[in-house]
Amino acid sequence: MFRAAVRLSVSGVRSITRTQPGCQALLASRGYSHGKQETDEEFDARWVTYFNKSDIDAWELRKGMNTLIGYDLVPEPKIVEAALKACRRLNDLASAIRILEAVKDKAGPHKDIYPYLIQELKPTLEELGISTPEELGIDKV
Amino acid sequence: MMLRLTAGRVGSLVARRAAVALTTSSARMASHGHEVSEAVDMSKPMYWDRREIPLPDKRYKDILTPADKSLKEKEKGPWGQLSNEEKLALYRLSFCQTYPEMNQSSSEWKTVVAGVLYCIGLTGLVIIWQTAYVSPPAPRTFDAEWQAKQVKRMLDMRVSPIEGFAAQWDYEKGQWK
Repeated sequence: MFRAAVRLSVSGVRSITRTQPGCQALLASRGYSHGKQETDEEFDARWVTYFNKSDIDAWELRKGMNTLIGYDLVPEPKIVEAALKACRRLNDLASAIRILEAVKDKAGPHKDIYPYLIQELKPTLEELGISTPEELGIDKV
Repeated sequence: MMLRLTAGRVGSLVARRAAVALTTSSARMASHGHEVSEAVDMSKPMYWDRREIPLPDKRYKDILTPADKSLKEKEKGPWGQLSNEEKLALYRLSFCQTYPEMNQSSSEWKTVVAGVLYCIGLTGLVIIWQTAYVSPPAPRTFDAEWQAKQVKRMLDMRVSPIEGFAAQWDYEKGQWK
């Protein structure tokens, strides 16, 4: 139903067929007709493992986040949670806030994704003491 | 410092020559640091505000004041103990613009459209002046009298008599159909 109404890229259309906000993370779809396609769960697990590395360094965090934001999807809450915990291990609060801004920006016109994400991340945000951009007042110009 | 130590330790001619070369180049770089023009060194990691690159290669503010440094120390502890102002200060140390600031639209397009229309208008004025003062007089074939004679000649020789020009002329009544 939404496919006709919403004009999205090829991989983006796949996300809209599952209308509940729980399933946003997609396979990084490549244009291969051969080979096994990675499932959503495998994709999520791979990224969670990446950010969960206990001795992750700042470069790896930056590289991971920039790559993840480059994909045509909004990351699952569990991936963002792993990234925020990595920021904590690196003592980098600014990057944590920046990550929240970035995933909100990724959602684009779909305004219901970010509140869902924050709702799922609430325990982590409280545990680590991360303020959302809204709480700091930087969500408006 | 470190270069001199290395040269001392290794002691070979090559190392000393390399160390000298490095120190002179670093001395040159030091003297260049206070020049007037601030050329961006693109061989080093750069900072930029881009939607698709949330975490740029380097922090925004390179030089930290003692207050900034103490804030950075406090950042190593629980973040719940930081006030909102401190959190904001930490954000602004690492980043120049927030996402909304980055994404805000500007009124530049109005200036662009105005400029384009202005240039087109100016060109129009130039062309008007040109037709008045530069272009030679029109050929005599443009005169009304000549044109009338031309039409009569075309009708007389029945130009496009089936569906075109002469077909529109009523030859019995001597007028256009």
